[in-house]
Amino acid sequence: MPDIYIVAYDGSDASRRTAQFAAERAKLAHAHLHLVYVLEWSPYSFLTQEELAERHQRRTQELERATQFVLTPMAQELTAAGYTVSAEVRYGNVAKTIHEIAGEKNAKIIYIAKSNDSGLASRLLGNVPGTLIQIANIPVAVVP
Amino acid sequence: MKPITLFQALLTLLTLVLLPLSAQASIDETINNAVAPIANAVSSVIFFSVPLGEAQLPLIVLWLIIAATIFTIYFGFIQFRVPALAIRLVRGVYDDPKHAGEVSHFQALATAVSGTVGLGNIAGVAVAIAIGGPGATFWMILAGLLGMASKFTECTLGVKYRNEYPDGSISGGPMYYLSKGLALQNKAALGKFLAVFFAICCIFGAFGGGNMFQANQAFQQVVVVTGGQASFLADKGWLFGLVLAVLTGAVIIGGIQSIARVTEKLVPFMAIWYLGTGLIIILMNIDKLGWAFGEILNGAFTGAGATGGIIGALIQGFKRAAFSNEAGVGSASIAHSAVRTSEPATEGIVSTLEPFIDTVVICTMTALVIIITGSLSSGAGLTGVELTSHAFGTAFSWFPYLLSVAVLLFAFSTMISWSYYGLKAWTYLLGEGKTKELIFKLIFLVFVVLGSSMSLGPVIDFSDAMIFAMSIANIIGLYLLMPVVKQEVNQYLAKIKTGQIKRMK
Repeated sequence: MPDIYIVAYDGSDASRRTAQFAAERAKLAHAHLHLVYVLEWSPYSFLTQEELAERHQRRTQELERATQFVLTPMAQELTAAGYTVSAEVRYGNVAKTIHEIAGEKNAKIIYIAKSNDSGLASRLLGNVPGTLIQIANIPVAVVP
Repeated sequence: MKPITLFQALLTLLTLVLLPLSAQASIDETINNAVAPIANAVSSVIFFSVPLGEAQLPLIVLWLIIAATIFTIYFGFIQFRVPALAIRLVRGVYDDPKHAGEVSHFQALATAVSGTVGLGNIAGVAVAIAIGGPGATFWMILAGLLGMASKFTECTLGVKYRNEYPDGSISGGPMYYLSKGLALQNKAALGKFLAVFFAICCIFGAFGGGNMFQANQAFQQVVVVTGGQASFLADKGWLFGLVLAVLTGAVIIGGIQSIARVTEKLVPFMAIWYLGTGLIIILMNIDKLGWAFGEILNGAFTGAGATGGIIGALIQGFKRAAFSNEAGVGSASIAHSAVRTSEPATEGIVSTLEPFIDTVVICTMTALVIIITGSLSSGAGLTGVELTSHAFGTAFSWFPYLLSVAVLLFAFSTMISWSYYGLKAWTYLLGEGKTKELIFKLIFLVFVVLGSSMSLGPVIDFSDAMIFAMSIANIIGLYLLMPVVKQEVNQYLAKIKTGQIKRMK
């Protein structure tokens, strides 16, 4: 059973670099890559009446878009380059959900791009890589 | 919606409202005189009353309370058996993580509550106590507790018989369970009739209690804060209404959901702040708490301080509770039915929290503050939101200003909710379509202006009448469909008990 490397991927340039970096490591270790795209979501947020009624429809569209335009192109690119790649999209708190997926997959390491917000909000509330480092029980590689 | 259409819509509205401007000084009066006779006629039919001693008992109030009592007994006091389960459901304990991103129980409840928590909680309670004395509070709490069973019944049905369209959007509510549920019992014609009757009343209810009453009370509060009779706005209800209509129009026609979302987010904070302030005032007068409860119980059983004795207190309490939490009316079922669940009973169970939060917690807080600060005598002659404002103002002089903000927000969010309920009823009757929807929304906006121009009496009567009329069709349907609900809830509770439905966290 080859090792599984988790890659947090959202289609941004930073996450592309992260995926490529992870791919190079995976090549050396003959590991499989698992691309993860988490859409930020809280079940305790407030929605208006219209948003309630349209939520299921919106969710279906968002999932489709995330798979079709974000995950699939990258997965295909990596597959073409000879890697074994799987991918999934989920809703939830980004850091927590990546941590959960890593647990389910019994992954060896998580690759994530460095958060590019350095403002006050990030200082006070933390950012995704920061939170992930705190909660993860496997190594987390933060790619700048 | 294209901006040009929005502009046209607002322009039309403006023309409609400003047309009678020739008689500027008496615009409010003109509107009042024109609408009052209709309002009075409608409410005298809906509130057909039988004299009971000195007081008049409107049969419709009896109708709601009897229904709530029957549901309470039929479902074995469900509202007292499931609070812990309801809270677990809201926390998402049983949610499948794979369904993350769908409407959660919390979201359906929060949206329904922000549609319900409105001026009924601030102004309605004050009206009840001003007329029915402190004892009205007792009957209001009792009606709130019983109402939890009505809400449970209608929200379970709302989910069970909702329509799910191929595009994934959802429509639910009494229109759907009345027509679909009764068709399954070979009562298709009756079901259709009740559904149509409900939808018609719902449209007018949206114009009345969901709109005019809210606009009216928001305006009253703004006038009081800006200087009462001397206020620049005192006789310019139409102007205030116009501003409110433009804001509402920006959301419901302009589709600017962000305004609605901001309101929805502020409403819970306002509610917590309102409760917190109320609690502080009660703590400041803690020595009078026993006396206040004494007044409430004494008033409830002797009719002290009430117009019309015990029956007067009882009627006022029941009326205001029903108007505030809308249990048995069927409106909230429209919001609750959007939840993503395969078990309709779950939303019914969660929805029991709604009358509890609304009536047993928030309304009681208003009542206690009014009684404990002695505002019934010091603020004699005041009613509605002015009485509440006066009561809170005796403790904190700055309160009326913040209350105006709260009143505006509560009014606004309730109006947005009701515009949606009304729209759902409208499209149920006339079919979906951009133009049809726009017509409804424009009429809705005109009623915003009407509401803030009229004096309290006719507005409150009209809004009560329409909201209560919805319950006629809804409750007949609930009686016929309650065996379905019993089956749903029993099999669900059994699954929880046997562990077939597992906790996910």
